[in-house]
Amino acid sequence: MLALDKVGKTYPNGVHALERFTAQIPQGEIVAIIGGSGCGKSTLLRAVAGLDRASTGSIRIDNIDISAPHEKIGIIFQEPRLLPWLTVADNIGFGLSELPVAARREKVAQALARVGLSDKAQAWPRELSGGQAQRVAIARALVPQPEVLLLDEPFSALDAFTRRDLQDHLLDLWADTRPTLVLVTHDVDEAVVLADRVLVMRPRPGRLFAEIDVGLARPRDRASPLFDAVKRRVLTTLDRSLDRDVPDSAPAETVGAWW
Amino acid sequence: MAMTLDTTALDATETRATSVSNKRWQRFARPALGVVLPLTLALAWELAVWSGWSNGRLVPPPSRVFATIMELARSGELWRHITTTLMRVGAGFGLGVIAGTLLGAISGYWGIARRLLDPTVQALRAIPSIAWVPLFILWLGIFETSKVALIAVGVFFPVYLGVMGAILSVDRKIVEVGRTFRLSGPAMIRRILLPAVLPAYVVALRVGLGLGWMFVVAAEFMGASEGLGYLLIDGQQLGKPAQILAAITIFALLGKTTDWLIELVTAPLLRWQDAFRPSGET
Repeated sequence: MLALDKVGKTYPNGVHALERFTAQIPQGEIVAIIGGSGCGKSTLLRAVAGLDRASTGSIRIDNIDISAPHEKIGIIFQEPRLLPWLTVADNIGFGLSELPVAARREKVAQALARVGLSDKAQAWPRELSGGQAQRVAIARALVPQPEVLLLDEPFSALDAFTRRDLQDHLLDLWADTRPTLVLVTHDVDEAVVLADRVLVMRPRPGRLFAEIDVGLARPRDRASPLFDAVKRRVLTTLDRSLDRDVPDSAPAETVGAWW
Repeated sequence: MAMTLDTTALDATETRATSVSNKRWQRFARPALGVVLPLTLALAWELAVWSGWSNGRLVPPPSRVFATIMELARSGELWRHITTTLMRVGAGFGLGVIAGTLLGAISGYWGIARRLLDPTVQALRAIPSIAWVPLFILWLGIFETSKVALIAVGVFFPVYLGVMGAILSVDRKIVEVGRTFRLSGPAMIRRILLPAVLPAYVVALRVGLGLGWMFVVAAEFMGASEGLGYLLIDGQQLGKPAQILAAITIFALLGKTTDWLIELVTAPLLRWQDAFRPSGET
């Protein structure tokens, strides 16, 4: 269980990026966080990753306080952030340095096969396409088997086809060990394809606006009317979150009762 | 119709021929391209002197320079001068690199150290290094120590600046990857910072080496009894331009060779670089 309790962040320059964000995310759930720019999505994710400290509130995984990077948490960034001086295989094994060489090699080989890049094991990161590089980044984050995997707009730099392919691929990988996924995105389609639950945030200061249960069976059909309906619901909520006239405490039911 | 076919076939053979000759060109001729200009100039000057357009007294032709080198080599003098100079550059370069790397790393890694150290180093850098010579001679005598110290000072600054600048410009995003994998301080240095600064460090070493060769001449100008710099001064005082040119040629060869050695040794470490490669290179 990932428990966020009244998490707030004010940067040293006075920017109030995040205010009293509270959410409970059970183990294995996929949550998408969506919202307009400046709504504190990335701030929240960085706090959960332990890269930045929250100014107020607490972040706990199974009752362990998170204030620095933790072995139970993995993160995938918008850019692959591969280390250019390591081969693809060594990049994937980067977080496994405590393991004996043989065990590490085996795990890396498995991960490479799982993301379909076995033939690229000895390639340099510069030789990969954008989609391949991001797959290596996913493998690198998953190979230490984190309980929570954070994704910060992981596919936003990719073209539409590659993005779809990687979304399906991510779900596949998720099914192996079922970690909790917290996905920050600005792509409504992506949120509805992947998530069990969509959290909509609103900006200035960044805060939770509404929660939408997706409630669609997997695998999801992007062309089904139900899928479309949920998508429209998320879009409308998003619109309302950006409308300054809508009060903050708009209960989730009013949003949900729209259709 | 037949005509067209014929020309196409002809074109194809021609293309094949060009590509074969292209390969041969790449393997043999491209490295040789670099010596075309100096060889042409040397040959032109040789001809000019040979045909009597110039007496070649102040600017001796290549053949005479070459003869001087051979003469120096035969008497064994040349090796003595070369080894002396090489030892001086080697010692000064080594000391300068060690000091520059250590201080540069400290300044780059610790903000407080940088605020404390860097202004002083920058102020010292503003002093033309040759200005130290009288002081070094007073402090360290006129023999090897003062010469090595001067070379070390020359090498120190580019290495220091290169290392510090490289550390300061390491990509925050890559460092964050290290943080998410909970690397300790030493592990972060070894697995992230060192490889990240390596390309800039190699450049700093090469710049440092270039300055080392520059300063060895300056050092040998003030009272040396051997070394390539001494050959220069000796040639000037005794009016032997061929000897000066011989020493200059050897400087050029040694400088190029040592620089090439650094490139050769570090190339395997930098294979991963995704660098700009000018057209015509592979």
